[in-house]
Amino acid sequence: MKYYDKLIFELSKEGRKGYTLPANGWETSLDELPEGLGRKAAPALPQVSEPDVVRHYTNLSQMNFGVDSGFYPLGSCTMKYNPRISEEIASMQDFAGLHPLQPASSVQGVLRLYKELSEALSAITGMAEFTLNPFAGAHGELTGLMIMRSYHIARGDYGRTRIIVPDSAHGTNPASAAVCGLEVVQVKSRADGLVDVEDLRPLLDETVAGIMMTNPNTLGLFEKDIKEIASLVHGCGGLLYYDGANMNPLLGVVRPGDMGFDVMHLNLHKTFSTPHGGGGPGAGPVGVAAHLVPYLPVPRIVADEDGQLGLDDDSADACGRISGFMGNFGVLLRAYAYILMLGRQNVRMAGPLAVLGANYIKESLRDCYRLPISSVCKHEFVFDGLADQESGVTTLDVAKRLLDYGFHAPTIYFPLLFHQSIMIEPTETESKETLDSFIEVMRKIAAESASEPELVKSAPHSSPVGRLDEVRAARQPVLTYRDYIDCSVK
Amino acid sequence: MAFAYFPHTDEDIRSMLGRIGVKDLGELYSDVPEDVVYREEYGLKDAMSELEVRRYFSRLAAENRKMLSLCGLGAYDHYSPSVVASVVSRGEFLTAYTPYQPEVSQGTLRYIFEFQSMISELTGMDCANASMYDGPTSAAEAMLMTLASTKKKKRILLSEGLLPQVIEVVRTYAGYHGVETGMISCDGGQTSLDCMKESLAAGDVAGVLVPGINRYGIIEELDDFAEAVHACKGLFVMYSDPSSLAVLRTPGDWGADIVCGDAQSLGIPLCFGGPYVGFLACRKEFVRKMPGRIVGATEDVDGKRAFVLTLQAREQHIRREKATSNICSNQSLMALYVTVYMSLMGPSGLREVNELSYGGAHYLHDTLISTGLFSDAFSKPFLKEFTLRTSVPVEKLQKALEEIGVFGAVQVGESLVNFCVTEKVCREELDKVTEHIRRTFAVSPQNF
Repeated sequence: MKYYDKLIFELSKEGRKGYTLPANGWETSLDELPEGLGRKAAPALPQVSEPDVVRHYTNLSQMNFGVDSGFYPLGSCTMKYNPRISEEIASMQDFAGLHPLQPASSVQGVLRLYKELSEALSAITGMAEFTLNPFAGAHGELTGLMIMRSYHIARGDYGRTRIIVPDSAHGTNPASAAVCGLEVVQVKSRADGLVDVEDLRPLLDETVAGIMMTNPNTLGLFEKDIKEIASLVHGCGGLLYYDGANMNPLLGVVRPGDMGFDVMHLNLHKTFSTPHGGGGPGAGPVGVAAHLVPYLPVPRIVADEDGQLGLDDDSADACGRISGFMGNFGVLLRAYAYILMLGRQNVRMAGPLAVLGANYIKESLRDCYRLPISSVCKHEFVFDGLADQESGVTTLDVAKRLLDYGFHAPTIYFPLLFHQSIMIEPTETESKETLDSFIEVMRKIAAESASEPELVKSAPHSSPVGRLDEVRAARQPVLTYRDYIDCSVK
Repeated sequence: MAFAYFPHTDEDIRSMLGRIGVKDLGELYSDVPEDVVYREEYGLKDAMSELEVRRYFSRLAAENRKMLSLCGLGAYDHYSPSVVASVVSRGEFLTAYTPYQPEVSQGTLRYIFEFQSMISELTGMDCANASMYDGPTSAAEAMLMTLASTKKKKRILLSEGLLPQVIEVVRTYAGYHGVETGMISCDGGQTSLDCMKESLAAGDVAGVLVPGINRYGIIEELDDFAEAVHACKGLFVMYSDPSSLAVLRTPGDWGADIVCGDAQSLGIPLCFGGPYVGFLACRKEFVRKMPGRIVGATEDVDGKRAFVLTLQAREQHIRREKATSNICSNQSLMALYVTVYMSLMGPSGLREVNELSYGGAHYLHDTLISTGLFSDAFSKPFLKEFTLRTSVPVEKLQKALEEIGVFGAVQVGESLVNFCVTEKVCREELDKVTEHIRRTFAVSPQNF
């Protein structure tokens, strides 16, 4: 990767333009707008030519690392290969050109896709019905919690305002609960990394709306007491929420609905391989068991007796409306294309191959890196830093050194249960050769940490920029080009 | 069993299992209780080849009808130059994730910084975040932000002039958050200043949300609004169409503290409502209450200019339940989409887009009225979207438009219909619409 230092604003020159538009043949003009409604001065947007734009963004892209560039073992993010056919399908004009308010009769193909994708997700997860409206995983969590609250309230059970979240949960779980107006109660993990059922038991009473579980959890461990937990939580009148961020290892093997979960979300960008886009767009469909179907958000797909599909905006029990229209339709298209290619045959292999890769790396590196929990893992696992802590080389250093060797770093310093967490998730689309070269590099870094610790501590050495001054960025925030000019002038 | 996306040969699997020390893949699930393992056939279709998938979607696509859109109401059919989709489809952008490792994510971080800068320019705010899901959810987050910034207050006010989906989403979020939502009525098609003042007088208002262009397409005149809200120690929030802000008075100039909305109007395809991209901008004093990712400039160890995610102490992965929001991944690639669009268009291109849309919209407005079947509902200034009162039954009007492949005349009130014209629509198309309506309804009123 080469360093390229321009911002688009710095290529700007008064009078340049990068567009062509039809000549204006209308008789009216914006000058007619009443005084006071118009903008005082034109916005300081860049003035650049089309070739400038193409070259600038191509240069920027070359400072980026994606799944297309190389192995991206970012734990809990499921960075699979993204098939290109999906991109082509999403850009078809008979999908991309549709206004979201068009009459149902003119978008039957779209509505059928919503229906078929929902049904496929139900088949995969064992849930009764899905809404495809949530835009992302965290948005799905919030929607799921709204559904849970609506259910309790509809039953006149107003006092259920607490939600139980394991200490190993993703940060979005407690944050979503807070946005939904719920009080978060933490349940501890045992030494073996699983939810402590004995710690859970006394927390359960008539104030509990439910529990949010990730299974396998963020340590990559299957919560084998799940049936007992389900029966305890249901026993106190609470509901079970399944955080689908870690669904990948269960794909083709276990269905959340069969474990006793009442509500769940899926991250289609993870499990069903739509591009992560530098942080979205994703999709976070929410599935519910039969008793929660009335509380799904609007709009919903409905069918009349002739099989004509339509949208229902108005449903008394619905938890509300959580999106402007019907979610990230373009992402849903891509995910469905992936599911069709998987089909009922290949889906069986997805989870097991992901789990195979994770265990293979774990067993190949456990002599060099500290493995706090050694049982069989699912799609990911966590090391707690280097086995040899003498050199003072930290998890951050190891992550940065990996960049020098052409790999993306794993997730680091999460989960919070360990001080030096390195969370590795390889996914099923990586070959043995890729995993072998990653293993070799990880061993090499461990060796370097002992022999040349400074080399590792000062990594990366080959990326476009070295380690950044993050403290300065936060203390004196420079958040726009205008800020940047101002602080350069000073 | 080979599958294009799974590179494992049987030999690979055997040797990997050997290293792990298990006999088969099933043993990797030995910790999963037998009774939750799914043994039945999955209710999915047979695996398809790429060719079959293509055919499948072609058939689905053929069940849709792409129409000429003369509808706005939160989704605008603007033209996007070819460069935009081409740049955005580069694998290095497409297949990266959140820039947690800034040393190998300078591409993403720089375009987010550019996006923040451009949104700030358009809105007249000091800063903006990296993106939100869509317009309505950005409005909900903006209103939660007013609650966090004005401690202990429990009410928010929304203009009835906001798009219905914005009102519904904000109400949903607010309801679960334990916040009371009051409505400000419209008077003559505009948000009523008097009604707002009355509601403010009742006290306890953290924030007020008013549209820049309202559901009737009217450009709101907001003199004295910000002052009145600030006098009650609340925050003034505007819901704006960023494309229009290239030519309309900025929310900053109206005295707004926070601006939210959907940046779809900056060239993002209609795509049945998503993916779009919400935005959120504010004055600097509120930045630490802002949800979502924020990118800042800094330097690396060698003094090179570089960019990084900053002010992360606001976010869920650090603060958990005390975070400003639960938002995590959202619409980063779509932020790139509109950043490339804005780079190409620049100030003059955006102005031309607005001029062309304004010209076309006013032409359609006048020619429809000339048929005698429509009248102006409010006689207030508008840009590209407007509302007419019609003497024709709305459903028949819509059907007539459908006959010629046009989508428009969406009902926004009793006998009130919405139209929207962008630079993509030419005079011949508009003439055809008016002519068809004239022929269908004007000649023989007994037809309806």
